[in-house]
Amino acid sequence: MADSPFWVIWPGNAALSALVWFVIAMPFLYAARKPVHELLRAVGLLAGGPLRLGSRWLLAAAKEMRERNKAVLLAHGHEEAEQQIAREFERVALLVKRDLEGYPALQRRLLDEITRVEEDYKKCGEVPPPPPDWVEAVGAVAKVKSNGNELVVRVLEEINRSIKVIHEKTLGEYRRAYEERHKILDGFMPFWRSLDKTLAQADRKMTSLADRAAAIDSQMERFEQIVKKTDRAEHALTVSALTQFFIASLVLAIAAGGALINFKLIALPMSEMVGAGDYLTASLRTSEVAALVIIFVEATMGLFLMETLRITHLFPKIHALPDGMRMRMLWIAFVLLVTLAGIEAALALMRDMLIADKQALLQSLAAAQAAAASDSWLSRIPTIGQMVLGFILPFALAFVAIPLESFIASARTVGGAGLVILTRALAVLLRLAGNLVRQFARVLVTLYDIVIVLPLLVERLVRNGRAPKPRVTGLEAGERP
Amino acid sequence: MKRRAFVVSLPLLGLAWAAGCTDPRSHTHAVYMLVDTSGTYAEEIGKAQLIVHYLLGTLQPGDSLAVARVKSRSFSEKDIIAKATFDQRPSQANAQKRLLRDQVDAFTQTARGSVYTDITGGLIQGAMFLNETGAGRKTILIFSDMQEELDKATVRDIPIDLKDIRVLAVNVVKLKTDNVDPRRYTGRLEAWQKRVEGAGAREWRVINDIEHLDALLKS
Repeated sequence: MADSPFWVIWPGNAALSALVWFVIAMPFLYAARKPVHELLRAVGLLAGGPLRLGSRWLLAAAKEMRERNKAVLLAHGHEEAEQQIAREFERVALLVKRDLEGYPALQRRLLDEITRVEEDYKKCGEVPPPPPDWVEAVGAVAKVKSNGNELVVRVLEEINRSIKVIHEKTLGEYRRAYEERHKILDGFMPFWRSLDKTLAQADRKMTSLADRAAAIDSQMERFEQIVKKTDRAEHALTVSALTQFFIASLVLAIAAGGALINFKLIALPMSEMVGAGDYLTASLRTSEVAALVIIFVEATMGLFLMETLRITHLFPKIHALPDGMRMRMLWIAFVLLVTLAGIEAALALMRDMLIADKQALLQSLAAAQAAAASDSWLSRIPTIGQMVLGFILPFALAFVAIPLESFIASARTVGGAGLVILTRALAVLLRLAGNLVRQFARVLVTLYDIVIVLPLLVERLVRNGRAPKPRVTGLEAGERP
Repeated sequence: MKRRAFVVSLPLLGLAWAAGCTDPRSHTHAVYMLVDTSGTYAEEIGKAQLIVHYLLGTLQPGDSLAVARVKSRSFSEKDIIAKATFDQRPSQANAQKRLLRDQVDAFTQTARGSVYTDITGGLIQGAMFLNETGAGRKTILIFSDMQEELDKATVRDIPIDLKDIRVLAVNVVKLKTDNVDPRRYTGRLEAWQKRVEGAGAREWRVINDIEHLDALLKS
């Protein structure tokens, strides 16, 4: 008895006790039906209302963020397209100045060459003089029949001989004339070649100009789309930013790998300079921090170098500097970078020496016969490689400024788009949760009615018994008049 | 490890500099090694040399190492064979390690056995040395069979202070009497454990297999 819960009426029969309690409680539950229904509905509204409200607020915020993102994206794209068009125009201007500046001279040269060719052509057109008129007379005499007359035969033979001489002479002259024409035609060739070359050159320049014009057309079309703030332009800019973001992230990851190698190269020798026993945190040595500082300073110098070269645009103040000051800054950054690269090369050498020393000590402690140090050039390759790597890596790190700029520029767009998606997803979740809570409250109301189904049945029976029975007319009963 | 340190250090660097402070705790490790040269245990001196070599190869710049012998009365600085707090620069630390190795090697060539074994005196001397180094981690290695034998005049039944010190008994060989009754061996070790832990030591451990010396410096 003492072990039974307080509500158990019959010890050992909890089910029966529960049933009795249920029967006792049922009238009270029935009596409280209306307020309980109202309470459940109110709780449903209370919990679901703020969730739906939150969902609406988030959707509105997402919309506002999208608009703001669009404005920023288009402004950025506007500026970028403007710069690209300006750059294309600069290129075209350079092309026109470089190639078409000499166009009058080119035209004059072409005209001269054409005139010479025409003159030579005219010279080629001169034919040798026609055969003399007496040829016909000779022909007539040649047709005279000799009939064995010796005089006639002799005359004819004489004529034949004379004709042959004249023929030889004329043929010789004719050949000479043709030789001269051939010589003139031979002289044509260089002019033709020059003409062809000049025309090809002009064609090439014109094609290049046409290509530039096409590129400008394309840029202008893009620019117009951006100015009109079309969805297409926004989509194109977003895709472009996304691509830039991933490419820049990839390059930055590669650069981080380079920085890690750099760090490994100089961390150990830095302990020779700043000591190996000082710690900044529980696991971070001061020498490691010093190595990191050198790497960061190199990256910063690289950043300034790129900035002063106007390759990146991260610091507007540097761009606003006068050219003289900017150039001075460029040289300072470059000299510091070269100095740091030299220091790194020296540290890499020191690292190699320290490792060799440690190795020799360990070998002597292990009582093993120390391998004779080889002085061959092969054994120096790793040392030289480390030194070269130590010198090159700072310059390679200097170029990190370019992907860094792209990363920063595209991260705003990508982050904004991601935030909008996240906000919308959250809004959908809140809406779903709100609806679930409200539906759950309805389910609870129905469940409550199921629990008190017996009193409800009794109530229905009582109501049906009290309610006046509907009058049944003859017509309703189906009787036909 | 280096890579993780590199990644972790990026945000930590900013935080540390913003706070303008460095970690004030000492990260160095000080080791005091007691080498028993009494009786037949003096034959084990070669193993002690191996352990010292292992320690020299493992300890870092800034760490400290002292090697002392256990003889009839060991509570004396004169019993320290060689000691060094290694320089912060790795190249200098390596030079110090070579010198210390030579000193220990010379000692192993000339070591002579003592009549009695005063381990307690060595422990007190070791604790004093370790506390003076100010190291963050302190370890006493006892290279001995842990059989203390004192002459009548020597008083060692006194409380000792080994607070925050790890005490490792290395190469605790069994004596002839232990072979007769193993309870003597376990009883001896248990008595030392009770005494060392009662003195406030951070850890008591027995390492008999010198092939697993990596456990020596693990905290």
